[in-house]
Amino acid sequence: MRVTMTVNDEHHEVDDVWEGESLLYVLRERMGLPGSKNACEQGECGSCTVYVDGVTGCACLIAAGQAQGHHIVTVEGLATEDGLHPVQEAFIEAGAVQCGFCTPGLLVQTDDLLRRDPEPSDAEIREALAGNLCRCTGYEKILDAVRLAASRMKPEPGTLS
Amino acid sequence: MEFLAPTTLADALAAKAEHPDAMPILGGTDVMVELNFDRHRPPVLLDLTRVPELAEWSRDDRRVRLGAGVSYTRVIDELGHVLPGLAMASRTVGSPQIRNRGTVGGNLGAASPAGDSHPPLLAGGAEVELASLAGTRTVPIDEFYAGVKKHVGRPDELITAVYVDVPTGPQQFSKIGTRNAMVISVSAFSLALHPDRRRVGTGIGSAAPTPRRAADAETFIAGALDDDGLWESKGALPDALAREFGERVQTAASPIDDVRGTAAYRLHSLAVMARRTLAWAWSDYQGGTNA
Repeated sequence: MRVTMTVNDEHHEVDDVWEGESLLYVLRERMGLPGSKNACEQGECGSCTVYVDGVTGCACLIAAGQAQGHHIVTVEGLATEDGLHPVQEAFIEAGAVQCGFCTPGLLVQTDDLLRRDPEPSDAEIREALAGNLCRCTGYEKILDAVRLAASRMKPEPGTLS
Repeated sequence: MEFLAPTTLADALAAKAEHPDAMPILGGTDVMVELNFDRHRPPVLLDLTRVPELAEWSRDDRRVRLGAGVSYTRVIDELGHVLPGLAMASRTVGSPQIRNRGTVGGNLGAASPAGDSHPPLLAGGAEVELASLAGTRTVPIDEFYAGVKKHVGRPDELITAVYVDVPTGPQQFSKIGTRNAMVISVSAFSLALHPDRRRVGTGIGSAAPTPRRAADAETFIAGALDDDGLWESKGALPDALAREFGERVQTAASPIDDVRGTAAYRLHSLAVMARRTLAWAWSDYQGGTNA
């Protein structure tokens, strides 16, 4: 079947999609967007976290046809022409990236957290990232990175966010 | 495989009538796992995420009509204070990403004995709405489950909503798992006090072929609270009562040994959770915060 959707502000149209195919497969194998990682294929690891109409979900658990006509943002959509997203910068600076496989999902989920709550507590960070598994870092550096990103992204007092 | 994405309830019901073997899909958190692992190849995937009638909830004085497609995140954010038992259970589902997509309707459709929604629905009182071209009917929640991952819905029917009673007293939920997130429960228990009817509701998860109530324990504790005049006095809950309640909840279960836990541990944990949730709910009742 043919599926069309907007991914990172670009219109995409793909043909010959199998009806049982996941959005993750479509992104990686048909659109050339391999940032979202394929690991568990059952929603356990969070490595394929993407935005669907502004709400995060695991792309492996979304049928391609369910994404038809929707707005998807992947990790590739975080950076701009001006450079990396503050969350990406913070992950690099804090040493929150080792093998890097879990990183795309953590970046998207962290971005979502900081959009909803610019000053999360440690408990809120842990809860927000509970569905993103990292087998390298032990998570302490990831927590450091989220705190660093939060401190940089905090709206200036007196400005409208 | 066919992929159908109706945009009205009428079209969805027509599709299910035409394809009774179609697999309905909402959040995909169960269905897509089956597809990804090639465990199941339904001839038709029936996407219900575009049906507006399923995506909303409404309420009157007596109950909430929760559309089958309302996500756990929305239950928590929008109904956390209205349906505390279901919201507590919803907070323990998967992860934020899973709660953003997963739905109570999908949990009912999967009808897994381990589904987190079932215990609070059983304890608090609920009816499942099933619709087909032939009409709409409701089934009391404790008559809905028909076996391991089976329910009484017919092949031509869709689960369109669940009616959840607005509580008249405190509700509690407790779940055992190996960690805080992404856990399929080892065992779970939910309790609701119904002071208006002088009843106590219960729901057991992951400890029988289906989610089920502990009817004998409910009758026992409601009668004991009545005999001691505790509904009126809001006096201290005797330890012996809470303990016997826990034991009676245990006898209602019929768990198995599996990869997540042993039958013996499930029975032990159920008695502990029943005793504790009763104590927590009673403490709330005494404080009058929910009554």
